[in-house]
Amino acid sequence: MTTESTQTAVPVAPGGEPPVVQVAGVSKRFGATQALRDVQLTVAPGEVHALVGRNGAGKSTLVSILTGLQAPDTGTVTYGGEPAPPLTDRDAWRSRVACVYQHLMILDDLTVAENLFVNRQAENGRPIRWRELETRAKALLDEWEIDVDPRQPARELTVEQRQLVEIARALSYGARFVILDEPTARLDAAGIARLFARIRRLQEQGVTFLYISHHLQEIFDLCQSVTVYRDAQHIVTARIDELSRTQLVEAMTGEKVRDREDPRPPLPTTDERVLEVRDLAADEYRGVSFDVRPGEIVGLAGAGGSGKTALAEALVGLRRPQSGEVLLDGVAQRLGSVPRALAAGIGFVPQDRRAEGYVPGLSIEENLTMTVPHRLGRFGVVSPKRRAALAWTLIDRLDIVPRRPEQEVGDLSGGNQQKVVAGRAIADDPRLLVMMAPTAGVDVKSKESLMATAVDTARGRAGVVVVTDDLDDLRYCHRVLVLFRGDVVAELTGTWDDRELVSAMEGVDLGDR
Amino acid sequence: MIDEVTERVDDPSTTKGAASAGAPAAGRPSGSIGTLSLKNVRLARFRDLALVPPIILVVVVGCFVSPNFLTWRNWQDVLVSMSWIGLLVLAEGLVLLTGKMDLSLESTVGLAPGVAVWLTLPKGINHGLDLVSPGWAIPITLAVGLVIGLINAGLIVKLGLNAFIVTLGMLITLRGLLTGISGGQTFFGMQGSMMYLGTGSWLGVPVAIWVCVLAYVVAVLALRYLRAGRALYAIGGNVDAARAAGIRTDRTVAGVLILASVLAALAGIMLSGHLASVASNQGDGAIFTVFAAAVIGGVSLNGGRGSLVGAFTGILLLYLVQNVLTFGGVSGEWFDFLNGAVILVVLIITRVVAGRSKD
Repeated sequence: MTTESTQTAVPVAPGGEPPVVQVAGVSKRFGATQALRDVQLTVAPGEVHALVGRNGAGKSTLVSILTGLQAPDTGTVTYGGEPAPPLTDRDAWRSRVACVYQHLMILDDLTVAENLFVNRQAENGRPIRWRELETRAKALLDEWEIDVDPRQPARELTVEQRQLVEIARALSYGARFVILDEPTARLDAAGIARLFARIRRLQEQGVTFLYISHHLQEIFDLCQSVTVYRDAQHIVTARIDELSRTQLVEAMTGEKVRDREDPRPPLPTTDERVLEVRDLAADEYRGVSFDVRPGEIVGLAGAGGSGKTALAEALVGLRRPQSGEVLLDGVAQRLGSVPRALAAGIGFVPQDRRAEGYVPGLSIEENLTMTVPHRLGRFGVVSPKRRAALAWTLIDRLDIVPRRPEQEVGDLSGGNQQKVVAGRAIADDPRLLVMMAPTAGVDVKSKESLMATAVDTARGRAGVVVVTDDLDDLRYCHRVLVLFRGDVVAELTGTWDDRELVSAMEGVDLGDR
Repeated sequence: MIDEVTERVDDPSTTKGAASAGAPAAGRPSGSIGTLSLKNVRLARFRDLALVPPIILVVVVGCFVSPNFLTWRNWQDVLVSMSWIGLLVLAEGLVLLTGKMDLSLESTVGLAPGVAVWLTLPKGINHGLDLVSPGWAIPITLAVGLVIGLINAGLIVKLGLNAFIVTLGMLITLRGLLTGISGGQTFFGMQGSMMYLGTGSWLGVPVAIWVCVLAYVVAVLALRYLRAGRALYAIGGNVDAARAAGIRTDRTVAGVLILASVLAALAGIMLSGHLASVASNQGDGAIFTVFAAAVIGGVSLNGGRGSLVGAFTGILLLYLVQNVLTFGGVSGEWFDFLNGAVILVVLIITRVVAGRSKD
C-alpha cells in the first residue's frame, strides 16, 4: 500500500466557503456488521466529488446517512457548516441534498409534470390545477435546460431522461447538492457522454455532485476529487490529478496492481469451428456472418442501437431472427427456443440479470443448478446430493461469496449475483458461452473473476462470445466485431488501440477523445 | 421485459432531451417527443373508455331485442339493481389503485346491515334483540363497516400481512358471523330508515342511483384534483418513490381500506333496503364480479393504473348484457356462463387492440 496514511486534503473552496457537506468521524453498525468505521468526507462547493470503493466498502450506508434516512452512531454531518437537520424533518433534508438512485424513483403511470411535483401538486386540500402544474414543470425543466415534454407519461422516457427528471425534481426542492449513485450503469457510451456534458453544465450553474461509480475511467473524465473507502474505512481523499489510475485501484482493492498483462488464453491453432453464423438478419441487424473457434473469445462490441444484444439473443434462442443460419459444431440450429439452445450446448448470461438472470427468493444452489435438471437425477427427480456437489463446484470455480449454498440470491451483492448467473450459464459445460453485458454494475474484483470464467471456459476448448461496450472486458477477447446500427463495421484482431475501438463503436472519428 | 429497457436506451430518436447537451444530433427527427406524447394521450384515454364501444354495441342490440329496452323505466331498474355493486366496484377500485386488494367487501355488505337489523328488530321477530331504537340502524351499519375496515387496515398495514390472505380470512369470518347471529336465516321486517336508501326517490330518480352516481363523481374528482387522490396512484405505482416524495403511505393505505369497508356497509344498506331483508348470504360471491368489472374497466391488479370511470363502465357493461339477455328470453341458468364469457372476450379484445395486457 502506498496510500495507507489517511490524507485529509480538504479541497479549499474559492472564497473560503464552507464545504457543501462535511462528514467527520462517522461510524455506523448494523448488528454484527460494522458498516462504517470513523469515516470522513468533505465535498467542496461546485465540485464533482467521486466516492469509490468495492461492494461492501460502506458507500450505501454513507448515502443513507447523507440523505437523512439513517442517523450515524457517532460522528457529525454538517451541510454548509450547519449541523444536519433531525431525521423527521424530511423537507429540511430535501432542501439540502438529493440522491438519484440506480433504481429510479419515477412513477411510470404519471406524467413528467406530476412526477416533478409528487405530493406538491397543489396546497394540501386545494384542487390541483393541471395547466398551472404543467407550466410550473415547464419552467423548471427550462431553467435546467432539460428538453422533456412535461405532459409526457414517464413510462415513455428513456433512462437518461428519467435521470434528468429526477435531478430536476431534486433541484426544485432547493437542493444544490446531488448524489448520483451509479448513474451510468444502464446507459450506453453515447448516453454517458451526454450525461457528463449535462453534469458539467449543471456544475457551471452551481450544483455540487457526489458521484458514485465502479468505472474508474469515468471518474478521471468527470471528477475533480476522489474519496476511496475500503472495508468500511476511509482510505484516501485526493485531487484527481494527484492520483494515478494504478494508485486508485490499489486504494480500492488494497492490493498491488500487476501491470496490465494480456489476460487472453493462448489461441489454439485449428480449423474447427464451434459456431458459424451465416447471413443472420433481423430488424436490428443485417447480414451478420462470423465464426468462433474452439478456445476463442470473440467480442461483439457496439453502442446502444447497434443491434449487438438482439444478435446475441438470437444466438441463444431468446429471439428468432428473420433469415440466415447458425451452425453449432457444424450442425444447423433451429433458432428461437431457449430449451433447444441449452440442449445443443449453448450457455448464456442474459443482458439484464435482475429480469432474466436469477430468481431472488431461491438459494444460490437452486439458482446455479436451474438450467441442468438432467444432471441432478433421472425422471425429473432431483438428487439433493448431486445438486449440492454441482453447486459447490460452481461456487469454487466462480469464487461466490458468501460460501453458503442455502443463501438467497436476492441478498447477495451485485457482483456475486452476476457470478451466480455466470455459474448457471456454465453449469452444463457449454460448447458455446454467450455473455451479455457480463460486468455491468459489478465491482473491480468481481469483474476480474467473471472474465476469468470466460477465460476458463475458453481453455476448456469451448467458444466464448462476450457482448459488451466495456473496454476492459474486451481486453479478454482474441477478436472483436464492432457493430454500428446493425452492420459489422470493423473487426479487430491481435492488439488494438482502444481509441480505434471506441470510434468504430460510435461510428465517428472522435478525434480528441 | 428486457427488450423494453434496452430498446429505450438504444433508440436514438427518443433521446431528444440530451441533444441540447451538446451531443451530435445525428439524423434525429425533431418533434418526435411531441408525436409520442400525442399517441400516449390517446392510449391513456383509450384505456379509460375502452368499454364504451362494447356498451354502445350492447345498447344497439338491446334496441333490436325489445322495444322496452330503451325506456327510462328499464334503465332505472338496471341502475338501481347495480347501484350497490357499483359502490363495491368503486371501493375495490380505490383499494386496487394503491396496490392492495380487499376480498372481504362482499361479506361486509351482508354483515353490516345484518348486525344493525339484529340489534334493532323487536324480540321475537327472527333473532331480533331489540337493544337499540330503529333510528340507529344506519349509524350502526356504517360503524360496523368502520370497525371491519380498521381490522383490515391493522392487519395489512400495521402487521404487514398480505392483503389477499388477510381479506380472504375476513371474508370467511364475517360471513360466518352473519350466519351465526341470524341462525342461517333471513332477517325480515326492515325499519323505515333502512328502507329509505333502497326505495326512496329524489326528483323522480331513485335515491340509490343518486348515492351511487354522487359517490363516483366525488371520488373521480378527488382522484383527479386532490393531492390525497393522486397519492393513491403514486403509492400503487411505486411505494418507495411515494414515500421518498413525503407521502404518508401507511396512513393513506389504511385510510383507503377503512373507506372501502364503510362504502361496502353503505352498499349493504342500499341492497337490504331494496330487498327489504338481509339474507345470511347477502353479497355472497359478488367479489368476483367486482374484480372482473374493475379489471375489464382498465384498473390494474398491480396498482397505480386505471380509473374509476373505467371501473364503472365495467360493471355497467356486465349489467346491460344481463338485461339484454333477460329481454332476449335467455334463461337465468345461463347468466353466469355468459357473464364469464363477456369478461374473457373483453380481456382478449383489449389485449389485441391496446397491445398491452390488463394484468
